[in-house]
Amino acid sequence: MNRLAAAYKPRPMSIDEKTVRKVAKLARLALPEERVAPMAAELNGIMAWIEQLNEVDVDGVEPMTSAVEGLSLPMREDVVTDGDNPERVLKNAPKSEDGFFVVPKVVE
Amino acid sequence: MTDLTALTLAEALDGMEKKLFSSAELTNAFLDAIDKANPKLNAFVVVTADRARSQAKASDAKRAAGKAGPLEGAPLGIKDLFCTEGVRTTACSGILGEFTPTYESTVTANLFRDGALMLGKLNMDEFAMGSSNETSHFGPVVSPWRRGNDDAKLTPGGSSGGSAAAVSADLCLGATATDTGGSIRQPAAFTGTVGIKPTYGRCSRWGIVAFASSLDQAGPIAKSVEDAAMLLQSMAGHDPKDSTSLPNALPDFRAATKRSIKGMKIGVPEEYRVDGMPAEIEALWQQGIQWAKDAGAEIVPISLKHTKYALPTYYIVAPAEASSNLARYDGMRYGARVAGKDLTGTYEQTRASGFGREVQRRILIGTYVLSAGYYDAYYLRAQKVRQRIAQDFRDAFTTVDAILTPATPSASFALGEKSADPVAMYLNDIFTVTANLAGLPAIALPAATDAQGLPLGLQVIGKALDEESVFAVSAALEKAANFRAKPSKWWM
Repeated sequence: MNRLAAAYKPRPMSIDEKTVRKVAKLARLALPEERVAPMAAELNGIMAWIEQLNEVDVDGVEPMTSAVEGLSLPMREDVVTDGDNPERVLKNAPKSEDGFFVVPKVVE
Repeated sequence: MTDLTALTLAEALDGMEKKLFSSAELTNAFLDAIDKANPKLNAFVVVTADRARSQAKASDAKRAAGKAGPLEGAPLGIKDLFCTEGVRTTACSGILGEFTPTYESTVTANLFRDGALMLGKLNMDEFAMGSSNETSHFGPVVSPWRRGNDDAKLTPGGSSGGSAAAVSADLCLGATATDTGGSIRQPAAFTGTVGIKPTYGRCSRWGIVAFASSLDQAGPIAKSVEDAAMLLQSMAGHDPKDSTSLPNALPDFRAATKRSIKGMKIGVPEEYRVDGMPAEIEALWQQGIQWAKDAGAEIVPISLKHTKYALPTYYIVAPAEASSNLARYDGMRYGARVAGKDLTGTYEQTRASGFGREVQRRILIGTYVLSAGYYDAYYLRAQKVRQRIAQDFRDAFTTVDAILTPATPSASFALGEKSADPVAMYLNDIFTVTANLAGLPAIALPAATDAQGLPLGLQVIGKALDEESVFAVSAALEKAANFRAKPSKWWM
């Protein structure tokens, strides 16, 4: 397996620490400062391995957007089919009150 | 009495029908086996003993009244990715806390409709992201298999490691599992069990915690090809609640396992002979080819020339879809909430403390490849390469009925052996991931043991919607392989 792994040697770094911080912010993941550099290295290892996709000739190829050929999304009448179950909807809420989810203050 | 837990699903149903034993006795035998094994194997994260006993009693009554369903009284394990009404479901992630669904997934509802009962929820890699079960919030599953007399803990594979370990260790008759890049087939291959991922859309994804929606498919892990066919028959079927669920009628999968493969054309793709593949895997493959020939099939060399790009494609498509799917875990409606300095801070703290390392890594990759300026270079390009991979298969299936490959590039490995190197871990799925990208049915079945006594599996891939050929070919190979090895039950 090590030889197998060696066939996919990573190339030089391309994701810097600034990018890692930006992406973590976009993903709403708190990333402690000491993990930024190791995460950049991990992501670079993976992305470098992914770069080999650039070798593939994809000119004129339609992107694959469905795993099943010829299946179009079914339509149905725009009517309510479910609901009226506030207790069930709220059952797993970390915090709820009077049939509502209680969330942290959003507007000052 | 014989050991009831060692029976196949088909044998157990037959035994209950002949009144040799009841579902209550069978269920108790499995609950006892779980009690003894689970402290060592960690296959179950929840055991629903009381519920199983009462369901078994109800099943026995139904059978006595002549109203037995096709799986009546069969005790199964359910992967923790399936929502089960009133039973904690966490996808083995910390972020779901004690989430207890108020609804039942379609696949488990179908199994219960047919009389099956649940012994408990099975361990897995967090959100099904992993190939060794080491990313589970509840700790790794330990494989029932060992390398000879060496007591080193091995992985049962992942992400459906709990399902594979439980079936292999005789802790249930069969189990549900899911497969996004190989998560049914790789653990099946590592544990000497049978696992099939059907055509994308055969099984409803409704009520299954989402990982990568265009790749996720449910399927069974079972003790035999016939058992897998019987379980899939119940699990599959059209579901209006999943817009990608296929409306096509289900063929009789069990009947397909009895079909002759004489005259079938079976493709052997040269690209699956990868650098560094152990000689034992190559030998197993050649043996499989010989078995297929002996059963009257014609072997046809084929080319699937974009195979080497399948894993890198997967590691764009799957994290992209995962980053989008996992955006819902914000600590507001369910799961564990961790307070931050403001709303954004609460989101960030909740997600940072709830998600494990591999999940965070994949969310970051997914967010990166979808972010402004990178979408065309990564995601769009990957979807085009995916089309190339699918086209390779479409071309191949104009000349062959099924494709035969090894299931994995190695036997099971020790826990901790690969967890430090994400890419080395990802390479486990090198032979399985192509079927997910192309949406094709594929099965892994045990075919031999390696020099250390560990199981090795073969894979059969079929055309879209042609599970029947997959079952026919794998049943023929199963018969020829006559795989009888079992783990030694060192945990007893």
